[in-house]
Amino acid sequence: MATATFRIWRGNDRGGKFQDYTTEVSEGMVVLDAVLKVQAEQANDMAVRWNCKAGKCGSCSSEINGNPKLMCMTRLSTLDLTQAVTVEPMRTFPLIKDLATDVSWNFHVKKTIRKFAPRKPDFSDGSWRMGQKDVNRIQEFRKCIECFLCQDVCHVLREHKKFDQFIGPRFFVHTAALEMHPLDTDTRTEDLKDKHNVGYCNITTCCRKVCPEEITITENAIIPLKERVVDEYYDPLRKLVMKIIGAK
Amino acid sequence: MAEYQTHAYDVLVIGAGGSGLRTAIEASAAGARVGVITKSLLGKAHTVMAEGGVAAALGNVDERDNWRVHFSDTMRGGQYINNWRMAELHAKEAPDRVRELEAWGAVFDRTKEGRILQRNFGGHRYPRLAHVGDRTGLEMIRTLQDHGIHQGMEVHMECTVLTLLMDGGRVAGAFGYDRERGHFLLFPAKAVVLATGGIGRAYRITSNSWEYTGDGHALAYHAGATLMDMEFVQFHPTGMVWPPSVQGILVTEGVRGEGGVLRNSHGRRFMFDDIPENYRNQTADNPEEGWRYTQGDKNARRPPELLTRDHVARCIVREIKEGRGSPHGGVYLDISWIKEKLPNSEEHIKRKLPSMYHQFKQLADIDITKEPMEIGPTTHYMMGGVRVDAETQMSSVPGLFAAGECAAGLHGANRLGGNSLSDLLVFGKRAGQYAACFAKENGDIAVDSVQVERAAREALLPFERGQKAGAEGAYQIQHDLQSMMQDLVGIVRKESEMKQALEGIQKLRERASRAGVNGNREFNNGWHTAMDLPNLLSVSEAITRAALEREESRGAHFRDDWPEKNPEYGKFNILVRQGRDGGMQITREPLAEMPHELKQVIEEMK
Repeated sequence: MATATFRIWRGNDRGGKFQDYTTEVSEGMVVLDAVLKVQAEQANDMAVRWNCKAGKCGSCSSEINGNPKLMCMTRLSTLDLTQAVTVEPMRTFPLIKDLATDVSWNFHVKKTIRKFAPRKPDFSDGSWRMGQKDVNRIQEFRKCIECFLCQDVCHVLREHKKFDQFIGPRFFVHTAALEMHPLDTDTRTEDLKDKHNVGYCNITTCCRKVCPEEITITENAIIPLKERVVDEYYDPLRKLVMKIIGAK
Repeated sequence: MAEYQTHAYDVLVIGAGGSGLRTAIEASAAGARVGVITKSLLGKAHTVMAEGGVAAALGNVDERDNWRVHFSDTMRGGQYINNWRMAELHAKEAPDRVRELEAWGAVFDRTKEGRILQRNFGGHRYPRLAHVGDRTGLEMIRTLQDHGIHQGMEVHMECTVLTLLMDGGRVAGAFGYDRERGHFLLFPAKAVVLATGGIGRAYRITSNSWEYTGDGHALAYHAGATLMDMEFVQFHPTGMVWPPSVQGILVTEGVRGEGGVLRNSHGRRFMFDDIPENYRNQTADNPEEGWRYTQGDKNARRPPELLTRDHVARCIVREIKEGRGSPHGGVYLDISWIKEKLPNSEEHIKRKLPSMYHQFKQLADIDITKEPMEIGPTTHYMMGGVRVDAETQMSSVPGLFAAGECAAGLHGANRLGGNSLSDLLVFGKRAGQYAACFAKENGDIAVDSVQVERAAREALLPFERGQKAGAEGAYQIQHDLQSMMQDLVGIVRKESEMKQALEGIQKLRERASRAGVNGNREFNNGWHTAMDLPNLLSVSEAITRAALEREESRGAHFRDDWPEKNPEYGKFNILVRQGRDGGMQITREPLAEMPHELKQVIEEMK
């Protein structure tokens, strides 16, 4: 049987290094299979997160040969196995151990986004009517599996570490899903401008490129949110009208 | 003395899949202080994998549907040993629970009139499953998660519970550890709700992730609660079989709901060859009628591919055993054939089954719009679990509740697809409500430090052994258990093999008691596996003993040596509890008498 070598990051927040593991590989295997095989046979104490093994839960995010990917959806046949395959944790988040990072910041951020606030039900049984075409666009956003790969590649977070001022692509997608929900009555534009700083994003589209669900993060979510902020706060015509009528 | 952090709650919920989150939402709304423990990160539980939909008789697509039809479908699917009161509550309350999700932000697919769209599924007479393409579970868990985090509950991510604590006869909380750092945690609580899901990891081929080690089943059993229906393990008929690394991953029943057919290597649609008597009136007798049913013709009957999961799985096993299987040991599931019927079938399939398209394309190099899939049965769901009161979900231990997959009763001998998602909503809500109520009505509990110290000491033993040469790791033991259960207590069972399995479990238990762990307590998956292992062993023993006791074939439980259904065995459930001597005790519990009105409903729907 063929073998391949995996260069896996081992260590914790106090330091670490890459370590090579050679293991048997077979047809159809994905990186996660190889990593779990190494864990079971050679490194029982290695920290790896995974759940569904089918690209649906977003647990096994990592950087494979430098590319942010889900380990469960990266087939070995797409990699050059004549060289060691590097597998390392997402570098934007603090390391806990080996391939597991501390992603808890993401869960705190979500709480800062104003929650869904539906209009009153259309019918006495508590139901509403919504057309399929009205929900198509937010159904795209709701495909998100919260793997946080988009957060991992966002330079505002990765390079500039603006964790206390900026919510990152995942949560702009979340905000967009709420803002464009046909039943929602709340507005989040002020937060987007002042608290969540959507303006920091300069649309390099890195997030959209790594999304395993192929959500058009920048074009469909972030840009429309930026437009909403501009419409509300920076529209020159509106500013003029407001000035004339004496409103603030 | 062990060091630990303490977090006290009125209601402690163990598990954060659909049922755990629904429980926590309800208990928080009732004013209880609620803590939620999850082995993974929030939102990653197995609910996320549910594809097809949530069953509720909304009647949006077929106005003939109502709770009575849903109730009788559930009872028929469960071979009438379900807890009828749970089946009744479930059928009546599911529509409200689904509409409530919409009020919390869920976005289901729509009918032309703008209502929630419903699809066909195995064993459901009318299109009943509210869905979002084939990612309904993701929609549900995210909706519950996003609603829940604003309700005041505290979530402890990546924590494992080692033991429940008792105060006299009453539950008093739980003791466990944080997986990330390995610190011990004490959770004193007036009420505890188990929402830990299934047991799939007891088998080699499973759709379940590493988490499903029967923790709730084992915690309840060791706390003195009663388990029920443990012989009924659902093998989903369609799991992936190739390549080997994806073996067991689920292929939604929605494929068949949308017109997918099963064929053997001769190209024959074998499901027409074996239609059980009690479903004959409701099943199409030719392919044309079956196709019309999947396209919404109300006068057509459903195709045999949409018979209940237990039956479909057994038919597939028979084809494979008799040499008519596919090259990699499965049979063919084909949705691409609908191109004969629909002009833009490729787009249609991608829209209706997007994640199936994605999954096969990326993991198996198969384009399901053009070619058939190879599939075979996979361990999917546990009908058995903690025996609970139908109204309150409380177990036989005061203050200990269970909801969702780890509770028993609703599904009887076989669960219908889509009924698990409605189960977790209906009974999650009830468990939350009554657990909060129990916490309010009962005084403070006292934590017994002896129990805490014992649990902490036992949890650290593998590290002490790890240093000595020759101590075996937990992975190999778990692997051997999975292979043994797969071979000896799988889809087709017989006495001699199951007796062999009991001996095997005993030997594995001895090996587990000597297992060692290297490294330290920080995010150590080897240690985590060692801690889950005793739960898997307890659950495997319960399954095997209950399966030995049931000398007949019914629902998901099939005995090669007792291939027929025996009406005598339809009169009781099998209970499992810990005996005074510490051994596992098996008893038969007669079914409660069904009220006349419900009997009549079943009679009308025949």
